[in-house]
Amino acid sequence: MNRYVMSRLLQLIPILLGITFLTFALMQIPADDAVDILYQQSGTVSEEIKAAKRAELGLDQPFLVQYGRWLEGVVTGDMGRSYISGKLVFETFIEKLPATVELMLVSIALTIFVAMPLGVIAAVNQNRPVDIIIRTLSFVGNSMPNFFAGLLLIYFLALKLNLLPIMGGDWRAVIMPALTLTLSMGAKYTRQLRAVVLEELEKPYVTGARSRGVDEFTILTRSVLPSTLVVIITLLALSMGSLLGGTAIVETIFMWDGVGKLAVDAILTRDYPLIQAYVVWMSLIYVAVNLSADLLYHRLDPRVREVE
Amino acid sequence: MRIPRALIPYLMLAGTIILIAVFAPCLTPFDPYEQDLSRALTAPNEVNLLGTDRYGRDVLSRVIVGSQTTLCASLLLLLTIVTVGSAIGATAGLMGGRLDVFLMRMSDVFLAFPQMVFAIAAAGALGGGLFNAALALALIGWTKYARLARGLVLTIREMPYIASARMAGASSTEILIDHVLPNIAGPILVTAALDLGTIIMELAGLSFLGLGAMPPTAEWGAMMNNGRSMLQTAPWVILSPGAAIFLTVAIFNLLGDKLRDVLDPKNR
Repeated sequence: MNRYVMSRLLQLIPILLGITFLTFALMQIPADDAVDILYQQSGTVSEEIKAAKRAELGLDQPFLVQYGRWLEGVVTGDMGRSYISGKLVFETFIEKLPATVELMLVSIALTIFVAMPLGVIAAVNQNRPVDIIIRTLSFVGNSMPNFFAGLLLIYFLALKLNLLPIMGGDWRAVIMPALTLTLSMGAKYTRQLRAVVLEELEKPYVTGARSRGVDEFTILTRSVLPSTLVVIITLLALSMGSLLGGTAIVETIFMWDGVGKLAVDAILTRDYPLIQAYVVWMSLIYVAVNLSADLLYHRLDPRVREVE
Repeated sequence: MRIPRALIPYLMLAGTIILIAVFAPCLTPFDPYEQDLSRALTAPNEVNLLGTDRYGRDVLSRVIVGSQTTLCASLLLLLTIVTVGSAIGATAGLMGGRLDVFLMRMSDVFLAFPQMVFAIAAAGALGGGLFNAALALALIGWTKYARLARGLVLTIREMPYIASARMAGASSTEILIDHVLPNIAGPILVTAALDLGTIIMELAGLSFLGLGAMPPTAEWGAMMNNGRSMLQTAPWVILSPGAAIFLTVAIFNLLGDKLRDVLDPKNR
């Protein structure tokens, strides 16, 4: 077990180097650099002053040297200052992260809360009207872009029915952005869970339990549901990528003060250090979640363990 | 090849959308770019069926023309990712060795980014615009097809018919074109068909954030972005292009699902 963990951690090193390298390289594409943006408010500034500033910031150094210095900053938590606010990038990011994590956790909880029963109900009632309704709903959720879903929720729940505030200080503010993220995620989970439960219900042990007179409810709760646990972990890891990306759009729509909105604002103002921090840290979170899922999987499924 | 009967209604629906996109300029009741400020933000009525936007442009005409922008860009993007990705994957699988290791480690790195996080940053760094938004999505999207094609090639490489072709003196290129490509095309096409809906949503999403199509281009995501502040006063400006994206994605998803069902031997 420990050897497995170690080997997985070692495999991460080239990935982490790759992530940071690509992120750094990406931000070298724009024609305007830090100095141009720094002086854009101060009218015409001579090229000599700009060149001096570039030398001061180390921007005249070779690409790899700059990357090395930046990487050192990533590790030590010093990712420079925002071009716009002048605040430390890493601190700004950490300050906004809890809001995004809150939104993600509420969405995940809501998704499992909705998708578990729907998936099971659909599977148990295969091809009956209930199943067809649930399948249609999950299809609709899957084909709805989150920015459209979010705006529809605002239009109906907040503007037409006055049920919820669009934004605001109290706990209800999280409902609509979380619902938006839940819609597409829940649709995928429902679909997968239905398929897994259907498959499980056809297995011999279920037939065996039925023939011994065990009632359907006990079969479902005692045997079938525990076996779907591994599927949920896989789904969580898989959907984490679209969830992390989805928060950028959803936070922007709902003015939710998290890292996604921070990043979109940073892109529109060309605040590159902030964007770099956002991409690197979101990817690190994504990698960490996937690693945990793998390790957990390893723990839960004896078959995976034996192959190693 | 005979078209399976179960596919026909879905093909017809998808065909209708494509026909609308192709003949869009002839189908619009008004000029989608002509401004008439005296008619700005008119609610839907008999003349402007879906109302007008803040410059008095006919929303229906812009939605129709927008289908061309959205579909054309999404299809080109999909085509690029599928060909480039599959080519990289097939090369890695056929050549093996160091090249394979290098290409796969590279795809591991790209896979470690959350797709939209990377695309948003890349589109921003590239400076926005529909082309750059598509390029950003292509940069991160190819890995899926590289992995798929490599896996398929690795299975096919061991097949007896490849060995016999090699013994008969066929070159690597001939084997690739005559034997490998036809055998990996099916699964790749199904994956691509299932992907089109997602691609349309992602590209429109970037435009919605202001990182894709620029005004005054009629593009669905950009139209929704421009109307965002008017959700209360002029909801038709946002809801019409939104519904258009939803319907298009739904139709292509339906087609993809059915295509998979038809081609999957388990369902026969």
